[in-house]
Amino acid sequence: MEKLYSLTAHELKEKIDKSSLSPSGILDSLFERIASVDKKIKAFVYLNKNASSGIEKNRSGKLYGIPILIKDNICVKGEETTCASRILAGFKPPYDATVIKRLKAEGAVLIGKANMDEFAFGSSCETSCYGPTRNPWDAERIPGGSSGGSAAAVASDQTILALGSDTGGSIRQPASLCGVVGLKPTYGRVSRYGLIAFASSLDQIGPITKDVTDAALVMNVISGYDEMDSTCVDMPVPDYTKSLVKDVKGLRVGVPKEYFIEGIDSEVEASIRRSIDVLRDLGAKIVDITLPHTQYAVSTYYIVAPAEASSNLARFDGVQYGFRVQDAKDLIDMYIKTRSKGFGNEAKRRILLGTYSLSTGYYDAYYLKAQKVRTKIKEDFDNAFKLCDIIVTPTTPTPAFRIGEKTKDPLSMYLSDIFTISANLAGLPAISIPCGFSKDSLPIGLHILARPFDEETLFRAAYTFEQNTDHHKRKPAL
Amino acid sequence: MQIDKKTVTKVALLSRLELDEKETELYSTQLAAILSYIDKLNEIDTKEVLPTSHVLPNLKNVFRKDSLKSSLDVSDVLSNAPSKEGDLFKVPQVIEGK
Amino acid sequence: MTSKYETVIGLEVHLQLETETKAFCGCSTEFGKRPNSHTCPVCLGFPGALPVLNEKAFLYSIKVALALNCKIQDIIKFDRKNYYYPDLPKNFQISQFDMPLSYDGFVDVISAGGTSKRVHIKRVHLEEDAGKLMHPAKSSFSLVDFNRAGMPLLEVVTEPDINSPEEAYDYLTALKAILQYLRVSDCDMEKGSLRCDANISIRKAGEKELGVKVEVKNMNSFRWVREALHYETGRQIALAEASERIVQETRLWDAEKLVTISMRSKEEAHDYRYFPEPDLVPFIIDRKIVEDIRKALPELPEARANRFIKEHGLSEYDARVLTGQIDLADYFEECAGEYANKKTLTNWINGDIAAEMNARSVNILELGIKPKDLVGLLKMIDGQSISGKTAKDVLVEMIDTKKRADEIVSSKGLSQISDKDKIEEVVREVLAKNERSVNDYKGGKKTAITFLVGQVMKQTQGKANPAMVNEILKKHLGE
Repeated sequence: MEKLYSLTAHELKEKIDKSSLSPSGILDSLFERIASVDKKIKAFVYLNKNASSGIEKNRSGKLYGIPILIKDNICVKGEETTCASRILAGFKPPYDATVIKRLKAEGAVLIGKANMDEFAFGSSCETSCYGPTRNPWDAERIPGGSSGGSAAAVASDQTILALGSDTGGSIRQPASLCGVVGLKPTYGRVSRYGLIAFASSLDQIGPITKDVTDAALVMNVISGYDEMDSTCVDMPVPDYTKSLVKDVKGLRVGVPKEYFIEGIDSEVEASIRRSIDVLRDLGAKIVDITLPHTQYAVSTYYIVAPAEASSNLARFDGVQYGFRVQDAKDLIDMYIKTRSKGFGNEAKRRILLGTYSLSTGYYDAYYLKAQKVRTKIKEDFDNAFKLCDIIVTPTTPTPAFRIGEKTKDPLSMYLSDIFTISANLAGLPAISIPCGFSKDSLPIGLHILARPFDEETLFRAAYTFEQNTDHHKRKPAL
Repeated sequence: MQIDKKTVTKVALLSRLELDEKETELYSTQLAAILSYIDKLNEIDTKEVLPTSHVLPNLKNVFRKDSLKSSLDVSDVLSNAPSKEGDLFKVPQVIEGK
Repeated sequence: MTSKYETVIGLEVHLQLETETKAFCGCSTEFGKRPNSHTCPVCLGFPGALPVLNEKAFLYSIKVALALNCKIQDIIKFDRKNYYYPDLPKNFQISQFDMPLSYDGFVDVISAGGTSKRVHIKRVHLEEDAGKLMHPAKSSFSLVDFNRAGMPLLEVVTEPDINSPEEAYDYLTALKAILQYLRVSDCDMEKGSLRCDANISIRKAGEKELGVKVEVKNMNSFRWVREALHYETGRQIALAEASERIVQETRLWDAEKLVTISMRSKEEAHDYRYFPEPDLVPFIIDRKIVEDIRKALPELPEARANRFIKEHGLSEYDARVLTGQIDLADYFEECAGEYANKKTLTNWINGDIAAEMNARSVNILELGIKPKDLVGLLKMIDGQSISGKTAKDVLVEMIDTKKRADEIVSSKGLSQISDKDKIEEVVREVLAKNERSVNDYKGGKKTAITFLVGQVMKQTQGKANPAMVNEILKKHLGE
């Protein structure tokens, strides 16, 4: 009996369309899998046992009957949405995020909420108030973050599709470490309405899937103009599945020298170099490029993102929703005790850092300075894209590290974002796809960036690479 | 780059957080390390550079029309309230004025 | 108060714009509804919600800025003003910091004495309002209603050009008149659609440097603004005279005790940590749209008053009173279209009509006398159908019953008696009954005629034509 839970969305869709499969059959298979595997992986913070009641009667939806897991920072009406934080314990939004509305309208079946780093602050899923999710390839290791639960669930076949969010790499990095596909759209391609904000000028929602085709299917549904989001662009959404062609002949592939530096794991570097060779053999033209301000990306990000976050998180104060201490003596005491008890350490650290860099006397030196360097970083890419059509880099400097390995040193944790961060600062679309494994069978990801709103070229390149390799077919032993 | 404990305490109050002695010590050290790293940015001359607040250069003038949309039901508005009285949110006393 | 000191005042006015919906969401701005019934995830600041700017609020802001003679920026942006308070859902307010909508304007304020003073407007910018906090008496908690949260507010800030509480009052009156003419806000301090805070300092006369600034809040009417600033001037001068330090602080006006009270807030200086609002994109102002708005501006109070003086021959005082409120000015002009004696018309409107509006606490529209009906009344006086005195009573009756003047006069038999023979008859009767007054008059006491006129009026229930009574009496008394 074919294990339905191990199939992709497009494979399942084919079966459903032929009427040889019912969505409830998929759910049964999936729930069995979850019951057997999630006590080890801990990807779920909420499993919707009544998910079958969400199966539409109307079968015409683009994702009809396909189960999808939602990161716990995306609002689903009536479902507890906590951003893996105690301060939002019990919060049930009275509204759906726009992407959720669109998924429901296309018949997708929402099966629950995925674990994450608290408020998306992290690269390892270790700051979650529910405890860390495990990497399905090695349960002693982190799955990546902040969309660790989403990536681990896809990698362990506990969901067919997943949504994550990406502010500095939070979709791509866990996708890379878990051996699955993760796409961060161009900033403004997908509505942020209903995404609980971390850094407003960097955040995007995107798909985490088993292969590139599934990512295209999800992007077709979630992308496009939303009148509820001023930063969501009114541009037509192409049919991304039309970009799933095996052809990179003549495609100019930029390889930035600044991304092949000391500190990258040698196996990662080797895998990326081999991947570049694959593209060359398929007819792509490899071009050496330079992104001179790469070394400043992490610094820039760690001012801009915490600054915006410190303001976005000010609303969590116990007044209207979430956790509130019971024994406060007055209002200020209530604010202080609620926030101090409700937030975890990484959240506090970022709030302090952000507040500091915005405060009087420091604004020019930090926030304003960082926004100026951001301009230089963006200019680097504008210049590079004159010489190439896509840029290829490693997604992470190392494969998945061990749980607890970097928690004592925040700075070293921040530096693991080094390759993914620039795409957020410049607003570019970027995808991570499986491109190899380490000796210890830990996945390695290839990171591809494209011009703004050129997800089509991204999909074409990623699909071509994927279809000429078989890394995406490997599954962890569970 | 030093960041003294008094500054950390002041920033904590601005953020409505309280830190005990140990935490103040820990965050002082960690923030100092992070800020030292961030000081790298001073290597770049940005005198003539405009800041990027919005990464989409062509997105301007996004408006909505002044037409009525339905509001939430009052019961939904208050459904997550930790404390309420009738149709109002309830909080510990405020001394009037900001 | 010695003129040894100069008072320096700057005013900050917040106005609610009369759009249909809030600044950043589609909730209704209607006043006074069930608490928390006009709210949504956006104006409640629920996690994940995002703002989108109300185009009409934006256009109204430009309208106001132009009417206040301001320059409009080429590019504007919004900023977050970060602070914690329970009526502020996100614990930041979307406002404008360093690139406000407009700057460098002015209002020419005419004082009661007739002198004109130019008060410079530093800036006018758009922001969102906070919710409403209520403090039930003798309780340890407060209650929050977010209906007002997210309403569009315009902040109008003057330079410290105002030099007395009276000038402050006059400025507010002039500002309110202009805003009402624009029909963008009902400017009602009681409803809270217009709020005013003041910054006040003193310095020795002739000094250039500004003294220590004190912020005064909680003044809920123009009158209280004037009273509070009077008090505060006195308080500061007393401190200065006693060589004591004036503390830079925020003080609240207590309308019961009639004093300003220091706010004992924490020693935390307000660090608002302004930074550009990332959820809203910049706005490029289209100069053509600005010009269209400027061309479409209505005739503003000052221009209208000048026109009333020229066209209708009114005095400056009368013109200013009539143009002080747009509805009153409209009323006058509609009447003037059908009635040529502008002076009489003005006297009635600024006199009896104004008195009735005051007594009943209503405005000209609520009073309910249509312009053509007032004109009807005045024409009856001109046509001698009723006396001026009767007309005053008829006016009250018109307001109470909403009937027309002619209907009231005929149904109540109030017509003036202008029949010479009838008056002769009554005069003869009165003279016969009041020999002593007649003799007093003939003996040189000319004022005795007043009593006799009164007797004739009494006997005719006030309906006799007074001019005719005088004439006939005098004839009989031998003049």
